[in-house]
Amino acid sequence: MEAVSENTYHDRIVIRLIQFSVLWAVAGMLAGVYISAELIWPGLDFGQFWLSFGRLRPLHTNGIIFGFGVSALMATAFYSVQRTSHVPLFAPKLAWFICYGWQIIVLLGGLSLLAGWNTTKEYAELEWPFDIAIAVLWVSFGIVFFGTIATRKIKPIYISNWFYGALIIVIAMLHIVNNLAIPVTIDKSYSIYAGAQDAVVQWWYGHNAVGFLLTGGFLGMVYYFLPKHAERPIWSYRLSVVAFWAFAYTYIWAGPHHLHYNSVPEWVQSLAMVMSVVLLAPSWATMINGIMTVSSAWEKLRTDPALKFIVLSLAFYGLATFEGPMMSIRSVNVVSHFTDWTIGHVHSGALGWNAMITYGTFYFMVPRLVGRELHSVRLANIHFALALAGTLLYIVAMWAAGVSQGLLWLSVDQLGELSFGFRDIMASMTPYYLLRLVAGLIFLTGTFLMTYNLFMTLKGQHATKVTVPAVNPAYGV
Amino acid sequence: MSGLSLHKKIEEHTGLLIFGILFVTALGGLVQLLPILNQDSLSTATANSHLYTAVELTGRDIYMREGCSVCHSQQIRPLIAEVERYGPYSRADEFVYDRPFMWGSKRTGPDLHRIGGKYSDDWHRIHLLDPRAVIPASIMPAYPWLEKRDASQTGNVTAKLRALRTLGHPYTDEDIEAAEADLDGLKEIDALIAYLQILGTSYSEETAL
Repeated sequence: MEAVSENTYHDRIVIRLIQFSVLWAVAGMLAGVYISAELIWPGLDFGQFWLSFGRLRPLHTNGIIFGFGVSALMATAFYSVQRTSHVPLFAPKLAWFICYGWQIIVLLGGLSLLAGWNTTKEYAELEWPFDIAIAVLWVSFGIVFFGTIATRKIKPIYISNWFYGALIIVIAMLHIVNNLAIPVTIDKSYSIYAGAQDAVVQWWYGHNAVGFLLTGGFLGMVYYFLPKHAERPIWSYRLSVVAFWAFAYTYIWAGPHHLHYNSVPEWVQSLAMVMSVVLLAPSWATMINGIMTVSSAWEKLRTDPALKFIVLSLAFYGLATFEGPMMSIRSVNVVSHFTDWTIGHVHSGALGWNAMITYGTFYFMVPRLVGRELHSVRLANIHFALALAGTLLYIVAMWAAGVSQGLLWLSVDQLGELSFGFRDIMASMTPYYLLRLVAGLIFLTGTFLMTYNLFMTLKGQHATKVTVPAVNPAYGV
Repeated sequence: MSGLSLHKKIEEHTGLLIFGILFVTALGGLVQLLPILNQDSLSTATANSHLYTAVELTGRDIYMREGCSVCHSQQIRPLIAEVERYGPYSRADEFVYDRPFMWGSKRTGPDLHRIGGKYSDDWHRIHLLDPRAVIPASIMPAYPWLEKRDASQTGNVTAKLRALRTLGHPYTDEDIEAAEADLDGLKEIDALIAYLQILGTSYSEETAL
């Protein structure tokens, strides 16, 4: 084990989690590119059950969210909670157990999806043995994280830790409630909820997994890494606090906007729609707070790819959190629901926001963790251009596909007869799907460049020992 | 205590912070979930509800295993175009035996809620084994393994019916005893077709609310 005294941070675990996260990013995006090609050339599954679209698609989403996303959240949470608390990690052995245990869940969980163990509840597809393992790991994550905060030497709990804290608490609540089921065999269980009730529980989970994991958790990254990197304090700390509580309170109501015009009571749809629109306010408050923080440090953007990624991710965050409330309005949703517009919206968040900010934090942390310069700033700049181009092309292709699908499906003539057959509309999607495949390949190429760049930066290096700095008595516990 | 000094307390106390987050996030969930979970009309069987037979249930589990729901919804919205295209819009009481619900969120292919009876068994068989033989522009995957595997291999059907009975599905002792024999001689594709053919067929305009 590493020789960590009471005075140095546990950073080896951060490096290991970053490595796993990059690995899952590559694997998850490869799966994504592959299934996008299957939608153009369906023969690409070669008659193999494990290459079939219906099995690879949950592998793609779970690999990205739980492999790439959660590993990155754990890495950045462990990195920043030590530095904002001025103490090394609480229970470091438990932290290592989480680090490796999580990777085993992602690996075996992915294989189980290929084998067809699938509850079909979106982003909760893993069967009950994995659900139990995830719950145990997640509680352990909470013990390490909150244990570190409880033993901190700085009196106030810094704002980034609130977002990571909300991530841990709320995901635990959602995961346990949504996955309650009666096991039948090791690979099969039946949900304790049925039909319309199950739908409302599932989208309470599904939407807030997006809310507290893909939004809240990654906002934790913003609040630590953006001010750190821009070397400016948060523009308005008070705004960040207000936005945090407004975000946590409001987000949880929004789930049933996934069920507009579906067989659930209208009041729950309307309530979710109103709260989704309200959600625009705390979302943009955070975006504005972030942009204003760098507003006096624009010159850094010219030279620093890590900061460019972080700032651009905020722009996409603003775009996605504007688009989301708009799509939750029933008269817009009537067009967008069930179409590729939804896929485009998810990716403006997943590529433009989640992946970009993660890349930014990795380019920031890795050189610092080993005490040397990034292997190639030029490669990182090329990666930035590829990531931006890939994301934009992806979103535009799916907007075009989704809006035309939605409008053509709904179109009826003066006699109330359908204007277009489903098959013709489906067949007209090929050009958009081709564009999307190209977009995915561009984005994946960028990710490969980063993988190489980070590998070369880390090669043969060890984590530098960072000593816990002395605490200013004015802020001490 | 003013708001600011209260907040200063929360800001400096781990336990209060955890409690505060739990409190504000539990509110919305409770207000939405409790009434929905207690609304009997969303969970009570009517003449529109269909209790799956052992064969249909096996077919449904194959539908889940192959991830059919990532491309096919089972939810017809109350819109002119949808009712024209797919049939009467979906009612909540049609889904009370669906664990989990299978409404989906994406229509890469068409909605399947009322697919039952629209095509022959033979059409479905050809379509599942080679979709482009009947729909040239189709981008659906082929499922050749479904005609090779026995339906009895799909899982433990007796245990499934028992589990569902504990959740309130009215299977009789005879249903459960006969379940394995019902699957005798059937391939997975037969079970899947049996499921597809029952979809949406128990609904009738007369009994609708």
